[in-house]
Amino acid sequence: MTPHSNRQRAGAEFVAERENLRPQWEGEASTGHVLQPGELDLSHKVILYLEDITVSFDGFRALNKLSLAIDAGELRCIIGPNGAGKTTMMDVITGKTRPDEGSAFFGQTLDLTRMREPEIAHAGIGRKFQKPTVFEQHSVFENLELAMKADKRVRRSLFARLSSEEGDRIAAVLERIRLAGEADRQAGLLSHGQKQWLEIGMLLMQEPRLLLLDEPVAGMTDDETERTAELFVSLAGEHSLVVVEHDMAFVEALGGKVTVLHEGSVLAEGDLPTVQNDPRVIEVYLGR
Amino acid sequence: MRTPFTVRLFNSMPRAGWAALALFALFAWVWVPLAHLALPADHALHLSSYWVSLLGKILCYMVVAVAMDLIWGYAGILSLGHGLFFALGGYAFGMYLMRQIGRDGSYGAELPDFMVFLDWKELPWYWWGTDSFLWALLLVVAVPGLLAWVFGYFAFRSRIKGVYFAIITQALTYAAMLLFFRNETGFGGNNGFTDFKRILGHGITTPEMRVVLFALSAALLAGVLLLGRYLVTSRFGRVLAAIRDAESRVMFIGYNPLHYKLFVWTLSAVLCGLAGALYVPQVGIINPSEMSPANSIEIAVWVAVGGRGTLVGAVLGAGIVNLAKSWFTVSFPEYWPFFLGFLFIAVTLFLPNGVIGLWSTLRARLGARRPAPAAAEPPVQGAAAEPPAAESSRGAVA
Ligand SMILES: Nc1ncnc2c1ncn2[C@@H]1O[C@H](COP(=O)(O)OP(=O)(O)OP(=O)(O)O)[C@@H](O)[C@H]1O
Ligand SMILES: [Mg+2]
Repeated sequence: MTPHSNRQRAGAEFVAERENLRPQWEGEASTGHVLQPGELDLSHKVILYLEDITVSFDGFRALNKLSLAIDAGELRCIIGPNGAGKTTMMDVITGKTRPDEGSAFFGQTLDLTRMREPEIAHAGIGRKFQKPTVFEQHSVFENLELAMKADKRVRRSLFARLSSEEGDRIAAVLERIRLAGEADRQAGLLSHGQKQWLEIGMLLMQEPRLLLLDEPVAGMTDDETERTAELFVSLAGEHSLVVVEHDMAFVEALGGKVTVLHEGSVLAEGDLPTVQNDPRVIEVYLGR
Repeated sequence: MRTPFTVRLFNSMPRAGWAALALFALFAWVWVPLAHLALPADHALHLSSYWVSLLGKILCYMVVAVAMDLIWGYAGILSLGHGLFFALGGYAFGMYLMRQIGRDGSYGAELPDFMVFLDWKELPWYWWGTDSFLWALLLVVAVPGLLAWVFGYFAFRSRIKGVYFAIITQALTYAAMLLFFRNETGFGGNNGFTDFKRILGHGITTPEMRVVLFALSAALLAGVLLLGRYLVTSRFGRVLAAIRDAESRVMFIGYNPLHYKLFVWTLSAVLCGLAGALYVPQVGIINPSEMSPANSIEIAVWVAVGGRGTLVGAVLGAGIVNLAKSWFTVSFPEYWPFFLGFLFIAVTLFLPNGVIGLWSTLRARLGARRPAPAAAEPPVQGAAAEPPAAESSRGAVA
C-alpha cells in the first residue's frame, strides 16, 4: 500500500537522525521550527522511534536491544513467534512497562519512557489489547462516549453533556465499525468479533495519531477479518498503525511493511514476500 | 441547546423515584413531627421518643450506607474503615456539644468534665474555636475529608486495591480507636463525650429538638440520594463504573483513575462525617467503640444485604439490618452477632445482588409469565431501568 523506499532504516542513518534530536528536545531547535512542549512533532516524518530497548523479567530478556522506526501515516505489521516480545513492545510504548535500557520517542520530542500511561494516551497513542477489553457493563454507545477525545478531568466529567457534534462523531464511528444497530446494547452481550470492533471504535474515538493493535482479528470470522483489513487500510495515512498479527492472510491484505520480531529483537524487515523468503525468518518459523 | 442543570437533575431519576422521594418527605417532615408533637401520648398513632430517635439514627446509617455504596458499589473500592469517618464527624460535632454544656457539668467548670477529672487547666489547642457552631460544622466536613484525602492519595497512588485496601482501612480505624481510647488524646478516653445539654442554646432532649434533628437527618439522606443519583448517572459515574470493571483500560483511554477515586472517596468520607454529626446529638453519646473494626464491617454488610450498585439498595439494606438489630438487641441480644454473620453468609451465597437483586429477578420472572401484551416487554427492559451494574454484574441473574 504505502510506498517504502527506505527499507531497513535502523542502523547508522537512524542513529544519526536521533542524535540531532537531542538538542531540539532540550529546547535548542536548530532547524528553525518552533517547538511546542508536549506536542507531537512530526517534522522528520517519523512518528515512533524505539532504540536499543531492553526489558528483562527476572533476568529473562523479553526485549533485547530492539530498534524500530515507524513513519507518520504508515501501516506496519509486526509478526513473530509466540513470546517474541510483541506485546511487551506495546507495553513499553504505552508506558505500562518501563524499559531497563534504550529510548522510546513519539515524534521528535516526546520521551515515552518518562511519561505516564494517561499522558501517553493523551499525547495520541491508542492501544487495542490482545484480549478485547470493553466495558462490559456499559452500553456500546457509552463505551464510545467514555473513549471519546475530551477533557477527561473529574471537574469536567461531573458536568459533561454530549454536544450534538460529539453525538455525530459517535454516530460516525458506530457506522464505521458496523455497530450502529447495537448502540444501546450492553457491550458484554456482543459477540467476540463485535467486541474487537467496538474496541477499535473506542480507539478511533480518541482520535489517536498512532494506533497499536495487538492481534485485532483474533477470533473473527473470515468475513469480519476481511472488513477489518479494509478498515485499517482506510485509516492509514490519516493515522499511523502498528498491527501485531499471526494471521498471514490478514497481514497480506494489509499490504504494508512487515517487521519480524524474534527473541526480543528485529530479525527482518521489509514487504511480506521479501520477509517470507528470508532464510533466517524461515528458520525461526520452521525450526520450532 | 444546553439543558439547564435543574432539568438534568430532574431527568436523572425516573418519575417513580421522585414519587418515592415525595412520600419520604411527607413522612419525615409532616407525619413524624405531627405524630410525635401534636398527638397525645396515649393516642394510637402517637410516635414515641424511642421511635423518633431510633428512626433518626437509622436515617444517619442510611446516609453512611449510600456513601459506602458510592465507593464500593460504583467504584469497586471496599472500605472496611468507614466507621472512622462517621465517628470523626461525630466527635467534631461532639466537641461543640461539650462546649455547649458550659458550667452545667458535674464539676461546674468551664472545661468539659473529663478534662477537669484529668486535672487539665486549659483546653488543648485543637479544641480552639469549638464553641462556635460554624467552626464545628467546618470541622465535621474538614476532618474526615482531609484524612480521607491524604490516606486515599497515598493508597490510590500506590495502586493499592481490593483486599489490601480493605485491610489497611481496617487497620486505620483500629489505630484511631486505640488513639481515642487514651485519656491524653483529649477526647474523653473510653467514655467519650456524653451528657449533652444544648445545641445553639436550645435544650437537646426536648421533643422539638428531637423532631428537628430527625427532619435534618431526613433532609441529609434525601440530599445525599439526589447527589448520588446525579453522580452515578453523569459521565463521572460511568467513568467510575469503568474503573471498577477495568481500571487499566480506563487509563489507556486517558482518564487518571487516581483523581476519580480520590474525589469519590473523599466525598464519601465527608458524607459519613455529616451523618456522624447528626447521629451524635440523637443518641446522646460518642465514644471510641464507634471506631471498632466490627462497626465498619457492619456498614459493608448493610450495603451487601441491600444490594451494592443501587443507591436504593444501600438505603434498604441499612434499614433492614438496623431494624432487625434493634429488635434482636431487645429480644435476644446475645444472638445478634450470630444472626449478622449468618445474614452476611446467606446474602453472599444466595443473593449476590442483595434484596434489590432478588426483587428485580422476581419482577423479571413475573413479567415473563404475564400474558401476551405485557410479555412483549422483555425482562431486560425492566433491568435497564435500574442504575448500571445492578443486574447481571455479578452474574446472578443469568
Ligand atoms: N510480566 C512479565 N513477567 C515475566 N515474564 C513476562 C512478562 N511479560 C511477558 N513476559 C515474557 O516475555 C516474553 C515475551 O512476551 P510477549 O507477551 O511480549 O510475547 P508476544 O510476542 O506478545 O507473544 P504472543 O504471540 O504469544 O502474544 C514471553 O516469554 C513472556 O513469557
Ligand atoms: Mg502478545
